[in-house]
Amino acid sequence: MNALEIKNLSLSFIMYDTGIKKKALKVISDLNITLKEGEIHTIVGSSGSGKSLLAHAILGILPRNAITDGEMNWFGESLTPVLQKKLRGDQLILVPQSVTYLDPLMRVGKQICKDKAIAKDVLKKYELDEQVAKKYPFELSGGMARRTLMATAAATKAKVIIADEPTPGLSPKLAEGAMAHFRELADQGAAILLITHDLDLALRYADRISVFYAGTTLETAKASDFQKEEFLRHPYSKALWRAMPQNKFEPTAGTQPYAGNLPSGCVFADRCPQRTDACAVRPKAHTVREGEVCCHHAN
Amino acid sequence: MKTTKSIGIYILRGITLLIAVAIFSFALAQISPVDPVRQYIQANPGVSAENVEAMKEYWGLNDSPVERFFKWFSAVLHGDWGYSTTFRQPVLQVIGIRFKTSLALMMTAWTFSGVLGFAIGCIMALFRDRLFDRIVKRICLVMCSVPTFWIGLVFLAVFSAILGWFPFGLAVPAGVPAEAVTLGQRIHHLILPALTLSFLSFANLALHTREKLLEVYDSDYALFAKARGDSDLKILFKHGIRNSLLPAITMQFGSFGELFGGSMFAENIFSYPGLGAATSAAGTGGTDIPLFLGIVLFTSIFIFTGNLMANILYQVVDPQTREGVKK
Repeated sequence: MNALEIKNLSLSFIMYDTGIKKKALKVISDLNITLKEGEIHTIVGSSGSGKSLLAHAILGILPRNAITDGEMNWFGESLTPVLQKKLRGDQLILVPQSVTYLDPLMRVGKQICKDKAIAKDVLKKYELDEQVAKKYPFELSGGMARRTLMATAAATKAKVIIADEPTPGLSPKLAEGAMAHFRELADQGAAILLITHDLDLALRYADRISVFYAGTTLETAKASDFQKEEFLRHPYSKALWRAMPQNKFEPTAGTQPYAGNLPSGCVFADRCPQRTDACAVRPKAHTVREGEVCCHHAN
Repeated sequence: MKTTKSIGIYILRGITLLIAVAIFSFALAQISPVDPVRQYIQANPGVSAENVEAMKEYWGLNDSPVERFFKWFSAVLHGDWGYSTTFRQPVLQVIGIRFKTSLALMMTAWTFSGVLGFAIGCIMALFRDRLFDRIVKRICLVMCSVPTFWIGLVFLAVFSAILGWFPFGLAVPAGVPAEAVTLGQRIHHLILPALTLSFLSFANLALHTREKLLEVYDSDYALFAKARGDSDLKILFKHGIRNSLLPAITMQFGSFGELFGGSMFAENIFSYPGLGAATSAAGTGGTDIPLFLGIVLFTSIFIFTGNLMANILYQVVDPQTREGVKK
């Protein structure tokens, strides 16, 4: 079943321009993602593409000056702010990026779970010493901190887990371990949205991958589609594939356009080798070979 | 282990500070045009020039300043702080009695401003940028710039003169024998000066607490708490107070200097017989140099103690410094 369905989500910030004039800065537009129970869905994209904001939008913890538009459904039910509030921390879980998401003046055990027995349990599960519960966040090593953050999710009855960059800073072995834990949580029935820019790692553990660029999803494909360039649909996904060290290790010229500076047409047009006049119109998401893609030329 | 060592260092620093204060204030007293003999005999016409000279010789005023400093300072170290000409009592005794009266006033004001300031700061942060916060913030900013003596006068006018709720001054009712004064009467006399004095720092503390709490609310860990279903109020109790109480307490301990300075105004306005009033009496009325120097030394110790407590508190309470120290 679809655990979480996001259709045409857009997200803007109200900012003060010069003086008292307000303007809306659109950071996410026309975003589509569907999370299924038991699946790891990965979002890959470079920094500044709006990945973390997407996570905060799903949880409903955006700053006050943010406005969202579009549709979000939780097991078929509309995901309203009231529902978000009810689910947060209970069934809808965030695994944050870094140790700064822990209160520096509170012992770790208490922050994993109020229930000492559960905290002890999950610590063991993540191969953390019992003593870790009595430590303060600043006493943890990078790897310990990551596992602690993951432990906070394991201590709940999570149905949807949103993990925001859970692996950077980990050794390959620990990163694999972390991914294996996510796999395990997914196999137990949770739907997992994994935000990362480690495409390589994502390929090995994810079921589906969405390629995120300039605040929107350009393509959603099965992880297996990333085995060959021809399996992919969008020129940007293909460029990503070519950029991987084990493939051609070939960079693409240009940079991602930033929010407030987006073209009215296709966001990737200025860097795209297949650009035509049709690209002046923003392409809509459509299905091509069982994947979703936003490109006029996809086939 | 290291905590004890650093406390030792602080105390050593305190001692050198006291010596420096002693030298400096003694030198200032020397430079001042005040003549102790003339001050002592006042305008008594029966004292001849020979008598004055004899007195100078007797008091050692003809010795070199350095010699006199050492004489005075070693006497101070031996517990003889001299004799106050204003109060006709040994200096140490004056300070002892006066400080006790002042301490009740200062600690009441200190506690009151601490609790009130912190609470207001918390509420402001909770209602961040909403109407309550905006209004109270402006009030606090105004309070910060209002002088203590003016607040004291307004309180006297409103609460004593117009409403008649509180007495006009003094620490006890006039004309009542000391043994017959009740605690209730003492507290009744204490309230208005304490309130005046607490207005000195509560606004400052409230703004500081608000700022610190906004930092907490903007932090990643507050966001994570929110992501885990905590409300703003719960975040305040779970994380906010934990992360802002220590800086607030430190700030309160660090404000002992201002507290004493403020008590001079508050005590004068309310004719409250504390150390602050004694200071201005020693400095302005009779120019009572032994008392003056005594008070300078004493307040240095008082303020230093406040700062020392703030420092120790940080080391003992904050795990980031405490656990670091352990290793």
